[in-house]
Amino acid sequence: MDLSPELGKKMYRDMWRIRLFEEEANRQTSLGSVVGALHMYCGEEAVAVGVCGNLRDDDYVLGTHRSHGHCLAKGAESHRMMAELFGKATGTCAGKGGSMHIADFSLNMLGANGIVGAGIAPATGAALASKLRGTDQVSVCFFGDGAAARGTFHEGIGLGALWKLPVVYVCENNQYQQWVPRMNVAVLDSVADMAGSYAIPGVSVNGQDLVEVYEVAGEAVARARRGEGPTLIEARTYRFYGHSLGDEEQYRSSEEVEEMRTNHDPITTFRSTMMDQGWLTEEEDAQIQNEVRDEITEAVRFADESPFPTPDNVTTDVLAPGQEVA
Amino acid sequence: MRELTFSEALREALHEEMERDETIFVIGEDVITHGGPYKVTDGIAERFPERIFETPIAEAGIMGVGVGAAMAGMNPVVEIMYMDFVTCAMDEVVNQAAKMRYMTGGQASVPMVIRLPCGVGRLLAAQHSQIMESWFMHVPGLQVVVPSTPGDAKGLLKSAIRSPDPVLFFEYKRIYTSRGEVPDGEHTIPLGQAKICREGEDATVVAIGPMVQKSLEAAVLLEDDGYDVEVVDARSLSPLDTETICESVSRTGHAVVCGEDSSFAGAASEIAAMIGENCFGDLKGPVVRVGSPHVPMPFSSELVKHVVPEVPDITDAVSRAMT
Repeated sequence: MDLSPELGKKMYRDMWRIRLFEEEANRQTSLGSVVGALHMYCGEEAVAVGVCGNLRDDDYVLGTHRSHGHCLAKGAESHRMMAELFGKATGTCAGKGGSMHIADFSLNMLGANGIVGAGIAPATGAALASKLRGTDQVSVCFFGDGAAARGTFHEGIGLGALWKLPVVYVCENNQYQQWVPRMNVAVLDSVADMAGSYAIPGVSVNGQDLVEVYEVAGEAVARARRGEGPTLIEARTYRFYGHSLGDEEQYRSSEEVEEMRTNHDPITTFRSTMMDQGWLTEEEDAQIQNEVRDEITEAVRFADESPFPTPDNVTTDVLAPGQEVA
Repeated sequence: MRELTFSEALREALHEEMERDETIFVIGEDVITHGGPYKVTDGIAERFPERIFETPIAEAGIMGVGVGAAMAGMNPVVEIMYMDFVTCAMDEVVNQAAKMRYMTGGQASVPMVIRLPCGVGRLLAAQHSQIMESWFMHVPGLQVVVPSTPGDAKGLLKSAIRSPDPVLFFEYKRIYTSRGEVPDGEHTIPLGQAKICREGEDATVVAIGPMVQKSLEAAVLLEDDGYDVEVVDARSLSPLDTETICESVSRTGHAVVCGEDSSFAGAASEIAAMIGENCFGDLKGPVVRVGSPHVPMPFSSELVKHVVPEVPDITDAVSRAMT
């Protein structure tokens, strides 16, 4: 296995950070502290963590409306993210973005995105910037299976392939386009098969298996860094919650969800792998989970105690400082 | 001072800026092989071969690549072959480029220029002739710039390229071949500044793009009627130089706003409303708009001449405003 015990532990912790951050955020919606849309990533953690485990700090990541996992995996601070969900001035985006638009430019996390498929061409553009500057930074774009139906998928990947740009396109195929089972509205089962249209490699992986995601993404990132062009990865995954808050989930059975939670939870799967390898003890596992719980408790405290933005912030950040807004 | 055509002035601005700043690159359809449909990107591939990208026909892809490269520190100059085609990239302009700084709490900067050949040209009819200034004026986070002379074309394009925020740069096709004085070398005009092109005491004509020249011609004719008309070139529609416009209208007491686009919910309408709101006490008559009727651009030249406003429309409007 092409993975060190240290990185394994870090990735295991990151999966817990995502899981507990979101479960707490979800709980905070019932308390009225978190408002607006909340698209839960739980169940898909191995994709963000397995891909980002291959990235350098200066690599670019662009996400989706379901991007808490991408931000945390790239290194975003949970307390500032929680403050953003609370709409506070101390949030990652000063309370102007919210769940669907979290970005952290200090980490080259160039933003979640509320429009399906809208990150694909910008990720390609960030890769073009790396190439123009002569750096070997790689761009990663996460998007859902719904995005594969959009024109931006075709145009963005087409340009990345044409110019052999250092970009990895990661489709998180969680089987449902909002409420519609994917195959009700698609003809091609595997999104990876679409790579042939752009003469780039297309690989389908089990998105519930962190090791598999890590290894396939590692090859794609290395290939991009060597200047050999893009790869399209389809991670077949599953979201444990509904599309967003208040989803009655009439489009899938509770048995199906239970089966995935019980037998295909990426965290328990990877915990077994870690323990089988002798890389994680019960005590270490308990310690990691406790530390992450403390981190999330602290995140909520920080968010709770932070001030809301003041009215003078309504008109800032429309244009660069110095430009007046009427 | 030497004279250049409007498109030569734009080309000079591009060359000078690309020489000055290595983060600037050009991207668009046919920008290498044909030098762009109006030759504005001619010669760039020879001089800066690494920084010009000729694309397949993929406006959303082109615009999205521009947004991402800009967020990653580059300065893209995107060419949309005809501005009508920008509708194929509206998400990238409106939801991505415009909103990115705000949504990220000021972290993102999208220093991108979107060049838009617009308006009536060689009788290309409805899908190659539209003017959408007000569409983009309405979106916070975008800047809308409309030069009317070759000198301003150079100075405004250089400033647009240096702006840290996205600029929609309107190039009226029918003035690409017009000639005018263009300063050699460094020449910038700040965005958001109107220009008084002709001073007058009796009425203010605020004009956009090619209507500036038409308004100057109308002002000469109106001298015969005893009217001394001031002509203000808006130059920048967002941000709009309300100060210069209001100062002029308050002084003359009469206002006419001329645009080539449909007056209905057009750029001229916003300017007229702004004048009405700010200068009401000084106005001695109605604020009158000049623009095209609210129709798609027709094909036949016999129809087009009833759509695009000309000098007599302006003289009539001034007369109406004065009575």
